[in-house]
Amino acid sequence: MNFLDLIWLIPILPLCGAALMLLFGRKLSKAVVSIICPGSVLASFILSLGAVIQLAGLKERTHQVVLFTWLPQLHADFGYLLDPLSSVMILVVTGIGFLIHVYATGYMAHEHGPRHGGYYRFFGYLNLFVFFMLTLVLANNYPLLFVGWEGVGLCSYLLIGFYFHKKSAGDAGKKAFIVNRIGDAGFILGMFFLFQVTGSLRFTEVTDALRSARFGPEVTHFGILSLTALLLFIGATGKSAQLPLYVWLPDAMEGPTPVSALIHAATMVTAGVYMCARSNALFALTPETSHIVAAVGACTAIFAASIGLVQNDIKRVLAYSTVSQLGYMFLAVGVGAYWVGVFHLYTHAFFKALLFLGAGSVIHAMSGEQDMRNMGGLRNKIPITFGTMFIASLAIAGIPGLAGFFSKDEILWQTWSSPELGSKVLWVVGFLTALMTAFYMWRLMFMTFFGEPRMDEKTKHHIHESPKTMTIPLMVLAGGSVVAGWIGMPKVFGENGFMQGLEHWLAPVFESGREVAHAAVEHGAAAQHDTTMEWVLMGVSIGAALSGIFLARHIYLRMKAEDRPTGGFIYPVLLNKWYVDELYDFLFVNGLSKGGGTLMAKFDTNVIDGGVNGTAWLTRMVSRISMWYDTWIVDGLVNLTAFTVRALSFPVRFLQTGFLQSYALVFIAGVLGIFGYFWWGR
Amino acid sequence: MQEHLLSIILFTPLLGVLVLMFLPRSQKTLVRLWANISAAAGLLVSIPLIVNFNRNADGMQFVERMDWIPSMGVQYLIGVDGISVLMVMLTTIMGFLAIFSSWDAVKDREKEYYAMFLIQQTGMIGVFISMDFLLFYVFWEMVLVPMYFIIGVWGGPRKLYAAIKFFLYTLAGGVMMLLGILTLYFVHFGQTGRYTFEIAELMKLNMPLGLQQWVFWAFFLGFAVKVPMFPFHTWLPDAHTEAPTAGSVILAAVLLKMGTYGFLRFSLPLLPKASSDHTIVTVLATLSIIGILYGAFVSLMQKDWKKLVAYSSVSHLGFCTLGIFALNQAGIAGSVIQQINHGISTGMLFLVVGVIYERRHTREISEYGGLAHVMPNYAIVFAIAMLSSAGLPLLNGFVGEFTILQGAFDANKTWAAFAVLGVIFGAAYLLWLYQRTMLGEVTNEKNKGLPDLNWREWAVFLPLILWAISIGVYPKPYFDILEKPVAQIVHRVHQTANTEAAIR
Repeated sequence: MNFLDLIWLIPILPLCGAALMLLFGRKLSKAVVSIICPGSVLASFILSLGAVIQLAGLKERTHQVVLFTWLPQLHADFGYLLDPLSSVMILVVTGIGFLIHVYATGYMAHEHGPRHGGYYRFFGYLNLFVFFMLTLVLANNYPLLFVGWEGVGLCSYLLIGFYFHKKSAGDAGKKAFIVNRIGDAGFILGMFFLFQVTGSLRFTEVTDALRSARFGPEVTHFGILSLTALLLFIGATGKSAQLPLYVWLPDAMEGPTPVSALIHAATMVTAGVYMCARSNALFALTPETSHIVAAVGACTAIFAASIGLVQNDIKRVLAYSTVSQLGYMFLAVGVGAYWVGVFHLYTHAFFKALLFLGAGSVIHAMSGEQDMRNMGGLRNKIPITFGTMFIASLAIAGIPGLAGFFSKDEILWQTWSSPELGSKVLWVVGFLTALMTAFYMWRLMFMTFFGEPRMDEKTKHHIHESPKTMTIPLMVLAGGSVVAGWIGMPKVFGENGFMQGLEHWLAPVFESGREVAHAAVEHGAAAQHDTTMEWVLMGVSIGAALSGIFLARHIYLRMKAEDRPTGGFIYPVLLNKWYVDELYDFLFVNGLSKGGGTLMAKFDTNVIDGGVNGTAWLTRMVSRISMWYDTWIVDGLVNLTAFTVRALSFPVRFLQTGFLQSYALVFIAGVLGIFGYFWWGR
Repeated sequence: MQEHLLSIILFTPLLGVLVLMFLPRSQKTLVRLWANISAAAGLLVSIPLIVNFNRNADGMQFVERMDWIPSMGVQYLIGVDGISVLMVMLTTIMGFLAIFSSWDAVKDREKEYYAMFLIQQTGMIGVFISMDFLLFYVFWEMVLVPMYFIIGVWGGPRKLYAAIKFFLYTLAGGVMMLLGILTLYFVHFGQTGRYTFEIAELMKLNMPLGLQQWVFWAFFLGFAVKVPMFPFHTWLPDAHTEAPTAGSVILAAVLLKMGTYGFLRFSLPLLPKASSDHTIVTVLATLSIIGILYGAFVSLMQKDWKKLVAYSSVSHLGFCTLGIFALNQAGIAGSVIQQINHGISTGMLFLVVGVIYERRHTREISEYGGLAHVMPNYAIVFAIAMLSSAGLPLLNGFVGEFTILQGAFDANKTWAAFAVLGVIFGAAYLLWLYQRTMLGEVTNEKNKGLPDLNWREWAVFLPLILWAISIGVYPKPYFDILEKPVAQIVHRVHQTANTEAAIR
């Protein structure tokens, strides 16, 4: 069976699942839904696995399948590209996607949506999401990637608003969609620039063009390539929740927890990282923009981590953690270590999905409670959840041997050592973030699983471990959180095909990009591997992880609640998320949108329509005047003539009375007058 | 049959009216049925047009020529190119759906109502196939009258104000256009000694830029009012809001396209120098962009559901005119596709409003909320209409909008940078509308127990949804059919501009 030519089936299968659910789901039983939806993703996973294995056997590790032309003006096809980068992505999406689907069959079993039968609707959306996500990562051109990009945004909107009877859910969905659209505007312009510069939007052609001699790196100036890269990055900041567009992701936690795990942790939010990695040939030519990417990544990492330190909602902590970890990925991309960004994306998918699903299991056990201040002492009650989350928390904190350690350490090392793009300042930021990460994660662990139980009796009585459909995915992901990093070990641990497996696998996608940058920059000789320094830095970051954990343990396990440091004025600032939401509401929602909208609506009715109605009024006025003129002047003249004649004829009129007697009288008077004249006059 | 196909398409609705006139007024069902049959027949006879149209041929097809008023050089001259074919299909499909959707909605004076729609149908088709300028003008004005009555008789509370505003506004623009037409007519006589209104003949005129500019502005007033472009748009919200649902659908889906079509068929080919004149292009593009953003902003703050949709039209049509004045293949092709898309998605949005208006008789957004609980299918249909209007990929709106943006980008990057903001605000007003009407709890007692879509409403929406998806997924046939005529327009505009530059 030739899996390579069937890669188009990988996204189509979940689409079929989704179509089935949304068209006929109402008639299907839960059991059928629970088989079809996870089943379609599993089938995609198997197809992906087969295709990737066959891809590994090819000499040139790219394979394209073009179905039909989509947008002729941009030479964009419905075409799929399987290469080392997209193969990592499809395995993550289908593999972890399948586990989360299985988990969701358990989690959503008692969760009716607002309408009866929310179950099929939920899985329909979830399958639709997988379709769009796979379209995103398998597309062979930017516009098709954008189809997936917008599609996952739509599914995110639908799933955040799954409990649509809640206003907060509706608000969060809308916010996510619109904030993403802001990024999309940048992405769209970026695509046009790219098309203009390279004459194509197919990844292979764009990359070849950019790596050809036609383009040199824009080292000293901010040229058109830098602008293009920046616009694409703006798109990425929307989808991957980076400063300043991260605000939608924490609110997105209104969605059901499996959604948070799949969309808002493991897959969709990493799309921006994927897109930047996919555009590595472009970013390699634009050090100016790369600096911006690295700086934004690092700032987001520490900023979100700082908010995570004080949040009390278990899912919110994880949400800010996700924003922070995505910042790490962009830091890696920004310093030119593209494969490391993808590496962290891949390890993060395991442990963060696990943390969310674990949190879901906790919430499930706590009858829907999400506030950690009302938890505590759960470790014996829900041991599997505890055990698996324990592993994930160690992994994200960066304890050696676990997945997160290798990827995060590699990011920090590349930040320190990358020849042109590295930065010691950003390393310090990354290091502090690592410290905070360990602290907030273990604060979460201690508040949830250790200490005295703080929940009410009813909830306490009800606590139970989740069903197998939920715990088995947890265990599989825990396994992944341990071993996933082993294919990306530092070279100081020894070099062989397995230990640097991921770097070698991804090399064809990225390596040549780096060569261009290196060759172009004069002092760009390959950096000397300073092994001593690498060991030292590694030790320092392990130290940070451990001290974070112990600090959390000291404060949240040893200290009584009233003794804990309050943090002074900084605490409310962090708790209120630096007041960014309030600022945005003031500036953009109420100021620009509603204010501007109101103003323009007034302008429309008063000025423009006022003008129209004014013209109408003027016309009426004019016609009234002409009517007046007509009545008084024109008709007046006529009447005046008549009047004059009448006036002039006034005396004469009495003469013509029409009475014969009067005439006779006048006649006699006249005769008498004449006689008198002659008689008396002479 | 083939050689008179266009005439058949043109007069089938009118034939329907003729029979309709002899039907007894009291037989309401019969009247409705006959109107539907006539509209369906109108749609059926237009199918051979798209099937037999040769998209690889240059120039006009299915041409019919007859003298009409020989002394004045007026001909009955009709024909179609790719642009016209798409517009005719849009008209016959939307015309049928509009009549079909009126079955339950209109309950008085059915006979006159359907007669108006059918007469209007002929007028609209005539506009899109006339290749004689005076014939065009006759059809152009012919459309005006039925719509005036549709709004004025079957409209909402402020119907008289809206109808008169609509009529006067459009008529004033039309008269200016007539002046422009007559100028061309007499200039042509001056140059050749022959009177004609034939567009192909008028295209051969050699007119200086100055005169072209005057004529351009005269045409502009006629077309810009119809589109409508900012700041000539204020008749639209009133007309849309007061018109009955089917009237709004036709108004949005077809009538507005007469304006954009006018730019494409007359302004650009007949006045290439003026159309590519820097000042004129800048003014037109700026007005388009203002329209895009302004329409979106004003939509955001509307309290009336239908008025919101009406203002969204201003925004969408801004994209269409921007594409036209990008004066390149992508811009114009995108514009024509977007005109169809706007017909589909805004048509759907008006139908969506119509469905709820029929049940509750109010358009106030604040009266609603949580409708997705009581009318789940309706919520799905509305969601699709909204997403199609907001330009979500794999639905129709995206294809047009994206291609127009590409064209605008090629013409001027600043235009694209501003126009792309419309993508953000477009999502904002639609999503907010959706949230306020569909999501949340059902707060208004009157909304509890509203019936969901019935089969007839489904039958109206389903073809539109399928059409929207098909354009979104596979727009290539549309681009193919538009390739030749658009290339011709682009060539003509740029060729003249280039010769001009060479001479200077």
